[in-house]
Amino acid sequence: MTFWLLLTVNSVTFGGLLFLLSAGFSLIFGLMRIPNLTHGSMFMVGAYLGTTFFSGALGFTLNFWLGAILTALEVAVLGALMERLLLRRLAGQQLAQVLVTLGVSFMVADLCLMAWGGDPISVETPPGLGGFIRIGTAAAPLYRLAIIGIAVVFAIALWLMLERTRLGAMIRAGVDDPQMARVVGIRVSQLFTIVFGLGAGLAGFAGVIGSPILSVYPGLDQDMLPLALVVVILGGTGSLLGSFVGSIIVGFIYNFGQALVPELAYFILFLPMVLVLVLRPQGLFGGQVL
Amino acid sequence: MSRKSTSRKVSRRAVLAGTAAGAAAALTRFSAPAIAQAEPFKLGLLTVKTGPLAQGGIQMEQGVLTFLKEKNYTMAGRKVDFISADTGGNPAGTKTKAQELVERDKVDVILGPLAAFELYAISDYIKEQKMPTLSLAAADNLTQRTPNPFLLRASATSSQAMHPMGHYAATELKYKRAFCIVEDFAFGYEQMGGFQASFTKDGGCVVNKLWPPLVTPDYTPYIAQISDCDVVCQGFAGSNPLRFMKQYAAAGLKYPVVTGETGGDDALLKSYGEEAIGLVSCCPYTLDLPIDGNQRFIDGMLKNYDTVPGQYAGLLYVNCQVVEAALKAAGDATDKEKFMTALKAVSLTDTPRGPLKFDHFGNVVGNFYIRRIGTEGAKYGLKLWNKTIKTYENVSQFWDWPEQEYLAHPVYSRDYPPLTKC
Repeated sequence: MTFWLLLTVNSVTFGGLLFLLSAGFSLIFGLMRIPNLTHGSMFMVGAYLGTTFFSGALGFTLNFWLGAILTALEVAVLGALMERLLLRRLAGQQLAQVLVTLGVSFMVADLCLMAWGGDPISVETPPGLGGFIRIGTAAAPLYRLAIIGIAVVFAIALWLMLERTRLGAMIRAGVDDPQMARVVGIRVSQLFTIVFGLGAGLAGFAGVIGSPILSVYPGLDQDMLPLALVVVILGGTGSLLGSFVGSIIVGFIYNFGQALVPELAYFILFLPMVLVLVLRPQGLFGGQVL
Repeated sequence: MSRKSTSRKVSRRAVLAGTAAGAAAALTRFSAPAIAQAEPFKLGLLTVKTGPLAQGGIQMEQGVLTFLKEKNYTMAGRKVDFISADTGGNPAGTKTKAQELVERDKVDVILGPLAAFELYAISDYIKEQKMPTLSLAAADNLTQRTPNPFLLRASATSSQAMHPMGHYAATELKYKRAFCIVEDFAFGYEQMGGFQASFTKDGGCVVNKLWPPLVTPDYTPYIAQISDCDVVCQGFAGSNPLRFMKQYAAAGLKYPVVTGETGGDDALLKSYGEEAIGLVSCCPYTLDLPIDGNQRFIDGMLKNYDTVPGQYAGLLYVNCQVVEAALKAAGDATDKEKFMTALKAVSLTDTPRGPLKFDHFGNVVGNFYIRRIGTEGAKYGLKLWNKTIKTYENVSQFWDWPEQEYLAHPVYSRDYPPLTKC
């Protein structure tokens, strides 16, 4: 019983973290039609920047949540700059853009190694969330439960943004049909920058939020990127609902798969992706933003 | 942060300077017909300075450079050219870099590589080239059932530290039922095989063994399966032990944990938090060893790199001492077979890991230290400290089995030794 409960809580938590990571990835994929291979790097950069704010290496120490928000803003700016300065020049050449993002991800990985060294960095759980809630004999860490809450808040906020705001309407139009969106006067290229920045910021934020669980180490980017890819392929590109459902599904498959059939850990994770690609290539919720 | 990055720059610059000096020396060699003795001794290092394995790889280079700086870039009276190559942590890169070191740079000896799969990739090549190689990689069989005559290992085989760990857990800590968890690769199988073999020999029993993939961001699904035991043995490497211990504590588990050389490495002390207190490990190198050879090494690391060393740096420093001793004994290293014999005959006492010698396979026979993490006695600005609680002396790769009996078994693997009913 304890076993199942722990796994279930953990699945939802991991799904929540994956949602924060992959929502932006999915929007970028849907709008710009490129898998942004720097997305894992944004996650890692966020995690590293977070540790810098918390460690006091800059001469001051920030509160965990304040640090997370500041990091998200910084990474968002980084993402927007990358879109403006690099990807913009290759507009329309999707293959070239993918290669550029891959190249940048290698560079970011080694820059992080130079700046922060190779030692893994452990991040303290934010104060007040270090304990457990005991459910019968099982212990559910408070922080993991908090992550679920954060993911839900972000899901609702993103949904409201896409559903109720002018910007959201433009993004939806862009995902739906970029040519048509241009024709009706939406500045799609500006949208690209905004969405790229937003996606990067979310990934950076996820990096900070994930760091107390995952710790921060070189290679974190390459560990997370495939998971984001699986989520997005499962849920469908450009779909918020898709990334939410996809994240939870992957969270469950990842946890239960590893616990029940550890020999097939990787296989189990990628099997649903293959099935979706064969049976429903657009993903479970592909083609619809919400 | 910035301090760290400067220290790396310095080290790179030092390497560059070293290579530049080497190039200059090579040029002057042609202009003036020098005597044989004056020719520099060429020391090659295969390490990993980029990617996820870089933490250990950078420490390896720092260990070598600390030795060279202490000796003013000489070994046995000869000037040393140091050539460091970054393999990128993959077998193909290792092969290329090994060829570069041997064929272009014409090194006299190779230190490294770091990982077992890297060593396997070049094992045949170094045999064919008769290139003396002092490896850090732990792959058991290369000094056992399929020995490579040009390999010397002053560190340990994968299972060498786990044998005493299993013995200590069974006899002194009095544990009966162990639950093993380690990465799903050869280093992991061999570690747990070693633990199981000696633990069961002394009356313990292994309840289950779990093999998470090398890349596992969240260990909780595995941790959830740990039950019905009185000790957990983890053998994680790199940054994985850090994450495992944290998630283990977060899941509320209270079984004591024991581990091997990578799980309790002193280099992790600055990253570990409260969750690691009480972790018992067995390691061929320990910061806590109060002998001159170790103090000299630690002071050098602190002075040159402002970093507290772990076993990767410590064991590479030891490798350099071994090379120097062999060079003194053999006179020079042009005859590779003679030099290899000299290397295997080396016996030292004042190394950072204490006394050591080699068996006829070229694997180390030396001290292994059982340590427990606590706050007491912490030095060098660390909050945690690995305190030595027992020293096993003259530990060979065969532990206390007779060599023939040990070699008659298959190499430790996922399925060997098999799990028995407890």
